[in-house]
Amino acid sequence: MNIFGRLTQEQIVFGLAVLLCIGFAIALPGFLNPNNLLNLVRSVSILGILGVAMGIVVIGRGIDLSLVALMAVSVAWTLQLAGGGMPIPQAVALGLGFSLVAGALTGALIAYVEIPAIFATLAMGTLIYGFGRFFLFGLDVVYLPDDARYLLWLGQGSLFGIPVPIFLFALVCLGGYLFLRYTKSGRYLRAVGDNLEVARITGVPARPIIVLQYVLSALIGFVAGIITAASVASMNTRVATSTYVYDVILVVVLGGIGLSGGRGGIRNVIVGTLLIGILLNGMTIMNIQYTVQNVIKGVILLLAIVIDTILNPRDEQTAQQGDI
Amino acid sequence: MRLLKTLVCASALALCGGAVLAQEGIDDATRAPIYQSLEGKTVAFVPQAMGFDLTEGWAAGLRAALEPLGMKFEIRDPNWSTDAGAQAITSLISEKPDVIVVHNPDVQSYARLLKKAEDAGIHVIQVNMRSSYSSDAYVGVDYVGMGEKVANRLVEKCSPDNGGNGKIAIIQGVLTAAASAYQMKGINNVLAQHPEMQVVSNQAADWDSTKARNIAATVMQQNPDLCAFAGFWDVMDVGTGAAIQESGKDVYLLSQGGGNEAACAGLANGTYSEVISWDVPGQARDISNMIVQLLQLDIKPGTMKTTLFSPLTSLTMDTVKPSSCWSLN
Repeated sequence: MNIFGRLTQEQIVFGLAVLLCIGFAIALPGFLNPNNLLNLVRSVSILGILGVAMGIVVIGRGIDLSLVALMAVSVAWTLQLAGGGMPIPQAVALGLGFSLVAGALTGALIAYVEIPAIFATLAMGTLIYGFGRFFLFGLDVVYLPDDARYLLWLGQGSLFGIPVPIFLFALVCLGGYLFLRYTKSGRYLRAVGDNLEVARITGVPARPIIVLQYVLSALIGFVAGIITAASVASMNTRVATSTYVYDVILVVVLGGIGLSGGRGGIRNVIVGTLLIGILLNGMTIMNIQYTVQNVIKGVILLLAIVIDTILNPRDEQTAQQGDI
Repeated sequence: MRLLKTLVCASALALCGGAVLAQEGIDDATRAPIYQSLEGKTVAFVPQAMGFDLTEGWAAGLRAALEPLGMKFEIRDPNWSTDAGAQAITSLISEKPDVIVVHNPDVQSYARLLKKAEDAGIHVIQVNMRSSYSSDAYVGVDYVGMGEKVANRLVEKCSPDNGGNGKIAIIQGVLTAAASAYQMKGINNVLAQHPEMQVVSNQAADWDSTKARNIAATVMQQNPDLCAFAGFWDVMDVGTGAAIQESGKDVYLLSQGGGNEAACAGLANGTYSEVISWDVPGQARDISNMIVQLLQLDIKPGTMKTTLFSPLTSLTMDTVKPSSCWSLN
């Protein structure tokens, strides 16, 4: 306990990832092949980008269950408009605009109407999906039109032998890091997440900061959506009602960003994403069935949470703050 | 002699009369009862979900065929929820439409409800995915046969006897769906006789293109000399195709689907190598004919068990024609 007592959850998860990596490297020929490692990171880079969005919201002591629904609907609408003959930049601008407005609306519901984040975003997610399905597009899967095929580079191209989505993941991480670390709003966001009342008394514009969280999350989500659409030349809006958003939360929580807010950073998201990437890649190579993969993912999450609870027990203060 | 004269006169008169009648047209005596037996009847459609090519295609075809006959056509959309679908069928049983057309999410879930519906006097027609309960009619793909067809194509393409290396990978949909479960049986039937074929990976991607893409990328990484992928639905296999194109490898992608225009576009731009199509408008026609027949026969639901397997067409870049695929518009 003494040796482990000083470890944070991030370090524990990183250790787990390294252990798994060593295990797979010994047991699975070809796992350490540079191409496989690139492929591994590539396959989770979209998950990682969404993780950054969710991470920022959770650090601000919120949660965004509408993230995936908003991503799917705004990008599907973009493709639908482009397919109808609208110039691509205009379609992208409209889709992004829709995404930001919906994000701001969610933020306003939480900041000004004071609905708990979990209920506001749950309802908004359903509303956005239903609205999109009824008014914006008719089919579940919207295909990328032929004259937008140059967008495919974002999802399928590579630069210096490295797939583009990995660069985009790195860029989003860098952006998130710089925002949290060096901008005034970034530090306010952490303050609001740590203790809303104190932040407000100190003079932090708490409500606008909360709205900002959800706008940022919508923005990053839109980027992730465009990359998803570029990777498979289509947008499957059914992800909106799938459990994908819980995978995103898994990455964030696994990496060690506490749901009680104020703790953690982008590094945690990266560590969580890598662990999931290594797991998924190894399990696919071993040809483990998809349903069994879910069981293993669930067990790993529980394991990480249990270890964290043992090593970092709750005290009176965190208990009073309460979790989501 | 007199008799003969009378007969001649009579037949001449009859002929004249017939000619007059033919000029005014002859009434088809069976017509009115046919329309009467169909007029005002209600058909309810319970798909897995609306909003994708198959169910939209069936619904459009049924509506176009049934409404001109004076029938009512309604859709209960459970949007991928098996619970909601079961509730829809339960409430339909008390509303008593004349026919329920159902698209089963898996082999078990609706089986008892479908029997109850038939006991309550409602005809039940199953589309494309069978339940373990056989109702009045099943219209759709013979998935065991489909699996055998797929496996035979893979043997043709990849068997060492034909110059390949025998390495193939399979990407299924949802494991419990009839399309996956029956099809695996068919594939295994054929592969059992071909020990030279090697299935290097057999994974379920949950009908999701992003998952299919990630699985395909990893499988090709691990088996750089892979010969072919078999995918269970073209909408999902878009992801597999994207992974193949990105890798720059020459891997054969054998897909299947309802023959929507997206499949033809995918063949043209090289996403798929081959698509086995069960023609959705053709199926819609089969279903509506089945409904019309059941209503005309006026028999007790559940007494007639019919299966209509949909014909399968294989489309490749060389055989695809503008008329091979259909569009919703």
